[in-house]
Amino acid sequence: MNCNDTRKLLNAYVDGELDSAESLSVETHLRQCASCQPEVEKLRSLASAIKSGALQFKAPRHLKRNVQAAIRAANPGVKSPLPGWQWASALATVVLIVALTWVVTTQRTRSSEEAQLVDEILSSHVRSMMANHITDVSSSDSHTVKPWFGGKLDYSPPAKDLTEQGFRLIGGRLDYIDSRPVAALVYQRSQHFINLFVWPLKSNVIAPESQISRQGYNMIHWTESGMTYWLVSELNATELKECARLLRE
Amino acid sequence: MFDQNELTAFNEAVLPHLDAAYNLARWLSRNDQDAEDVVQEASLRAFKYWKGFSGRDCRSWLLAIVRNTYYSWLRKQSVQPELTEDGETYDIDDGAPSPEAVMLQNADREMLKSALEDLRVEFREAIVLREMEGLSYKEISDISGVPIGTVMSRLARARKQLQIYLTNPSARNSL
Repeated sequence: MNCNDTRKLLNAYVDGELDSAESLSVETHLRQCASCQPEVEKLRSLASAIKSGALQFKAPRHLKRNVQAAIRAANPGVKSPLPGWQWASALATVVLIVALTWVVTTQRTRSSEEAQLVDEILSSHVRSMMANHITDVSSSDSHTVKPWFGGKLDYSPPAKDLTEQGFRLIGGRLDYIDSRPVAALVYQRSQHFINLFVWPLKSNVIAPESQISRQGYNMIHWTESGMTYWLVSELNATELKECARLLRE
Repeated sequence: MFDQNELTAFNEAVLPHLDAAYNLARWLSRNDQDAEDVVQEASLRAFKYWKGFSGRDCRSWLLAIVRNTYYSWLRKQSVQPELTEDGETYDIDDGAPSPEAVMLQNADREMLKSALEDLRVEFREAIVLREMEGLSYKEISDISGVPIGTVMSRLARARKQLQIYLTNPSARNSL
């Protein structure tokens, strides 16, 4: 693949829209080409600037009310006012519906946020594998990795070395997830790489350890002392669970 | 006819995506009031089609309606939409220095905002759907009603323009 072919695919490559054969050809070219590599950096910087730029507009509060009012107005046939005694029960029903709607809506929002987060973490993991850029600081020494994050993050991630237990710490990387910079600690188990993403919890919601399988990757999530942890790898679920156990020890 | 259950179901499924709808409308129209009008009209349309909606991805469905509402609203205002033909042009410049990546990374919000607002509407649409809503090329292609290849070239061209805008202030007027 030459520069011209590569440039045509570069956007799709950065967006994770290429199949693995195409990605591989792009990567092979990138490794040998000093002029295409900066293009990838530029695309990534731009994407992360847009994502972190707080450019999203939030719907004004009154819009939801206006929308509902407009729907009602455009769809006549709403139940007319009720006679005397029915008011109380009608009111109770309304309160119940509002409460239920609120519960369902917040839960849906929460679960869709969670799904989005899982996607984001998974693509960060996949990207780190594809781009041949898995670590910003390479060291198996936790005393080198941990201080490296100092000044780059407003918290200090744990960097536990598990070499003796078969999970070698190979370094750390700065990543961007859930609209904030996060620490990614990278472990290796035989041929497999494991990303451990760590960042402070937004709220005090404590989640029990949970395990997800997506597109051939395994993910384990837990929270502990104010931090949220996501462990991701193509490693099998049992060994990844072992890794989580060792990390949490 | 109006049915309370239907409205409740609609509210539960659609209203959580009101922020996404407003964000798209706001970026397309570049104006608060227009964005509200578009979202309101789009919601009315959405409710009308709600019975026929088979329940795939509700957010994409709503965003497609918002987009279409915006373009028909634009036609009603008898303003020519800025739609243009997509051509496949890829400017290859010689390996740019890494400081540009740093400049892009550090672009402040106001600069990014005006760079985005300066983009042609179909480019803006692609960038908002991709970078802010995190949609795949396929989803964007469904919403925008264009082939995936067009989505890809729109994104590529939009990003190229954003890069030029953000790293080379003197080029801004010529875009």
